[in-house]
Amino acid sequence: MRRRIAVSETASPVGSVFKAEGVTKVYGTGRAAVHALRGVSLDIPEGDLVVLLGPSGSGKSTFLNIVGGLDRATEGRVLFRDTDLTALSDARLTDYRRRHVGFVFQFYNLIPSLTAEENVELVTEIAEDPMTPAEALDLVGLAKRRTHFPAELSGGEQQRVAIARAVAKRPTVLFCDEPTGALDSQTGVEVLKVLRDVNQTLGASVLLITHAAATAAMADQVIRFSDGQVASVEHNETKVDPSQISW
Amino acid sequence: MSHILSPLDIKLLRDLWRIRGQAAAIMFVIAAGLALYVMSDGMLGSLKETRRAYYERQQFADAFAPVKRAPNYLLEDIQNLPGVARAEGRVVGGAIIDLPDVSQPITSQVLSAPEHGRASLNLLHIVTGRTVDITRADEIVLLEPFARAHGLNPGDSILVTLHGAQRRLDIVGLALSPEFVYAINPGDFAPDDSRVSVFWMGREAIGKAFDLDGAFNQVILEFAKDASEPAILDALDRILAPYGATGAYGRDEQISNKYLMEEMDQLSKMAVILPPIFLAVAVFLLNIVLTRMIQTEREQIGLLKAFGYSNVEVGWHYAKFVLAISLGGAALGCLGGMALGRMIAGVYQQFYKFPFLIFAAHASTFVISIAVTSAAALLGVTFAVRQAATLSPAVAMRPPAPPDYSKTAKVFRAIERYVDQPSRIVLRGLVRRPVRAAVTCLGIGAAMALAVMMRFNQDAIEYMMDVNFDVMDRSDVSVTFIEPQSDAVILELKRIDGVYAVEPQRNTPVMMRHGLAEHLGSITGTLPEPTLNRAVDTDLRSIYVRSDGVILSEPLMEKLQLAPGDLVTFEVREGRRPTIDLPVAGVANTMIGLPAYFEIGALNRALGDGPLVSSAYMQIDANKRDEIYRKLKDMPTIAGVAMQKESRDAFQKMIDEGPGTFRYIFTLFSVLIAVGVVYNSARIALAERRRDLASLRVLGFTRGEAAFILLGELAVLTVLALPIGGSLGYLMSSYIAKAFSTELYQIPVVLSWNSYGIATITVLVSAAVSGLLVQRDVNKLDLVRALKTRE
Ligand SMILES: Nc1ncnc2c1ncn2[C@@H]1O[C@H](COP(=O)(O)OP(=O)(O)OP(=O)(O)O)[C@@H](O)[C@H]1O
Ligand SMILES: [Mg+2]
Repeated sequence: MRRRIAVSETASPVGSVFKAEGVTKVYGTGRAAVHALRGVSLDIPEGDLVVLLGPSGSGKSTFLNIVGGLDRATEGRVLFRDTDLTALSDARLTDYRRRHVGFVFQFYNLIPSLTAEENVELVTEIAEDPMTPAEALDLVGLAKRRTHFPAELSGGEQQRVAIARAVAKRPTVLFCDEPTGALDSQTGVEVLKVLRDVNQTLGASVLLITHAAATAAMADQVIRFSDGQVASVEHNETKVDPSQISW
Repeated sequence: MSHILSPLDIKLLRDLWRIRGQAAAIMFVIAAGLALYVMSDGMLGSLKETRRAYYERQQFADAFAPVKRAPNYLLEDIQNLPGVARAEGRVVGGAIIDLPDVSQPITSQVLSAPEHGRASLNLLHIVTGRTVDITRADEIVLLEPFARAHGLNPGDSILVTLHGAQRRLDIVGLALSPEFVYAINPGDFAPDDSRVSVFWMGREAIGKAFDLDGAFNQVILEFAKDASEPAILDALDRILAPYGATGAYGRDEQISNKYLMEEMDQLSKMAVILPPIFLAVAVFLLNIVLTRMIQTEREQIGLLKAFGYSNVEVGWHYAKFVLAISLGGAALGCLGGMALGRMIAGVYQQFYKFPFLIFAAHASTFVISIAVTSAAALLGVTFAVRQAATLSPAVAMRPPAPPDYSKTAKVFRAIERYVDQPSRIVLRGLVRRPVRAAVTCLGIGAAMALAVMMRFNQDAIEYMMDVNFDVMDRSDVSVTFIEPQSDAVILELKRIDGVYAVEPQRNTPVMMRHGLAEHLGSITGTLPEPTLNRAVDTDLRSIYVRSDGVILSEPLMEKLQLAPGDLVTFEVREGRRPTIDLPVAGVANTMIGLPAYFEIGALNRALGDGPLVSSAYMQIDANKRDEIYRKLKDMPTIAGVAMQKESRDAFQKMIDEGPGTFRYIFTLFSVLIAVGVVYNSARIALAERRRDLASLRVLGFTRGEAAFILLGELAVLTVLALPIGGSLGYLMSSYIAKAFSTELYQIPVVLSWNSYGIATITVLVSAAVSGLLVQRDVNKLDLVRALKTRE
């Protein structure tokens, strides 16, 4: 239903889903300028579950927004497979998000006037090969709450609906900005489990920002941000099951 | 499970339902404006079409040329004028009807009946009975509404004084005529079926009665295609001048047609002046509702975009919201307009006597209504929608910074020391959003302005009546003579028992010219200081009528582009037909027509035919009214008698039955606007403050206190809006008075304190009702839910 665009469809042989090269982001100008990112270069392998850590204000969200196509870098390049995201027009960036990207935010961001199912449908309607909203809700264990409005769901349930909504389109990448930030540890673990399942069963790459350092244990790769730069990149040889994480 | 509606459309419907009160208020404002438009435009179309068809079928004449007496053979010359298709000579005169159950004499016009066999002009539309038999001298056809008003039917007979001789005439038919669609007595404000009489009799019989055997005193013409009206009128005046022509005129000066045209003119003005005001208010409301909505949905918008919804899709979503409301309003307005149209068609039929008049709005009226409303609504919210559409998703995700109250605290610290905590919140709310406060104030002001404007109509009419009947014309009875009489007649009238005072007037038809401007009217000769029928200035002080210059009414000054002191040329169309140049010595106020005053002695000298009078104004003893009327009926020189009280009553009746019914509708409309604005503002304030209010309630504030915080701000704005709206209403009224004034009526700009009072009450009550509705919502505030949802 939508015109196809030249964002490559298949995983590149190199195996990275994103390549960031010297990405900087400056908010504002002159004396008021804030350097949120100062030359970030990264390589994120296809299908990995990546956890981004770092102190508040270190640029994690900014980075996520740029690779997620919500925002533009001031300088540098971001490659999604073979496509240079920094060179895309607004319309193509929209298309990129529409076809490849799922988002989960700290504050669920459900539309209050739509039921759980309708919130998911919002995305499946414009996706190309989505699962049904029921399937997606089943995936997060909320099949029974389909017709409930956000105000009738707990925080954790709302977040799971948000995840269902993000994964229903079978995204290539799933971006999660502090998805457990507003949840208690136990509920948070439930959410993490869902994310792990999505990563493993759907094969989607997951980029997960969190303040709970313990979460790093479930990742393939852990990237630490500090003052707008990448402080370190670690690869976990063995991953821990979310149920063993607590904070 | 596939929905017919997309989730976004479901969201739209639920959002609409959630703010249904506000949406309905806006819809009603739109509907009110459109109903006015559909009604006036539809009525205009109906009148135009009905008039066209009626004129065509009845062969309504294109031009009229009254003369004193012209021989029939002249008709051939006229017929041969280039551009004349048909010319007909006829006899037109005055008569007095004496009905047994009516004490006062009734003035009537009498015309020679068009002969239906021949290709005549101004054919009668016979309603019942038949037309006259031309071989019979005593048969008449009577104007139907007059007959109905007095229960007269074919077969009845009436006593008539024709040219001084009383006769009994038989009614053979009742008819309507294209010449008398709007039948009004000269000098009256309103038509009155029971007092406006016209009858038609055979050409020969009427010729004999008026000493016009083998002659006529009026020519009526049909123009050929491509005829030049001014050229024909000039030629007519030339040919007929020796026969006492007072001036040929076209349809646009024919009195019934002139009223019709002015009515249509007013309808077309109404169609373009009032609806935009309603539409503007509605667009303003839509704008605040949508802006607020987009603001609260920033994150939802960001989310939609994060998931790949495009700018256009997001913009369209909000545009659809606006369209839904405006189309709903438009549909309601179209239906309301039809209903209103049917109603007004009924009212029109009381005043405009067409054989039929059906309200039918053209499809294009609806198309225009809907298109203009949608376009205006969309245009009005372009900015808000654009903002939503182009909102960067990354920005949308970040909750807006909490509103900054720090500055307001400084400004108001001085005042705040004296008020309690809730009042402080109210004050700060006002200061923090000055633009929003100002705009809301303006919106309520618009409601006030409309309420004032709706009252203006009535004030203007009352003022016109008072000035005309209590200040300018203070007589009880006036009589006009068949022909100008020697002023001895004044003494004769004075001698009638019960007559206190009699004042003479001399009216003479003239063509007035100044430069290229001209006006065919009459000049009124009065005493220098008349007490019964006077010229007054704009401050309603009487003007001394001079013999060295004329006093002209203000609109006449305007029409002739005159300044005081300028010379005006008067070409008299009577008697010796002199041409007189006179300076303008003063300007008079006027309510009807375009009078010009001159001292009667000087006028008579200028005319050179002796001390004559053409009408007289009288003050009488009300107890002796009936005897006086009887005497007047018997005076052969009298062509017509007018009773001031009856003119006034007829006018009052018309106002009550016609525009009177619309007063209520207009008041309802201003209530709709006031409620629309106040309710919307209050709802938005509630939405913005839901969490604050809930927090306050949690802290132990009572419902009343919470409501005070919410509504206090609006109360302040409403009070501020009253004087603003009052002034705005005055300005709009002045504009409308100017736009709606015509040569026939001059609408004064008057607004009584009473009206401001009623408008104020209307707005305050509307505001209070809106406040109560919102208070109910405050009471229902679900604390847990309000605190849980992020807004
Ligand atoms: N729109 C903006 N304008 C100005 N500065 C901004 C803007 N957005 C972010 N910043 C600044 O950029 C820097 C990085 O912000 P970012 O949101 O990426 O941090 P973060 O690592 O996600 O922090 P947190 O863990 O608190 O969410 C911060 O100093 C922030 O203040
Ligand atoms: Mg962040």
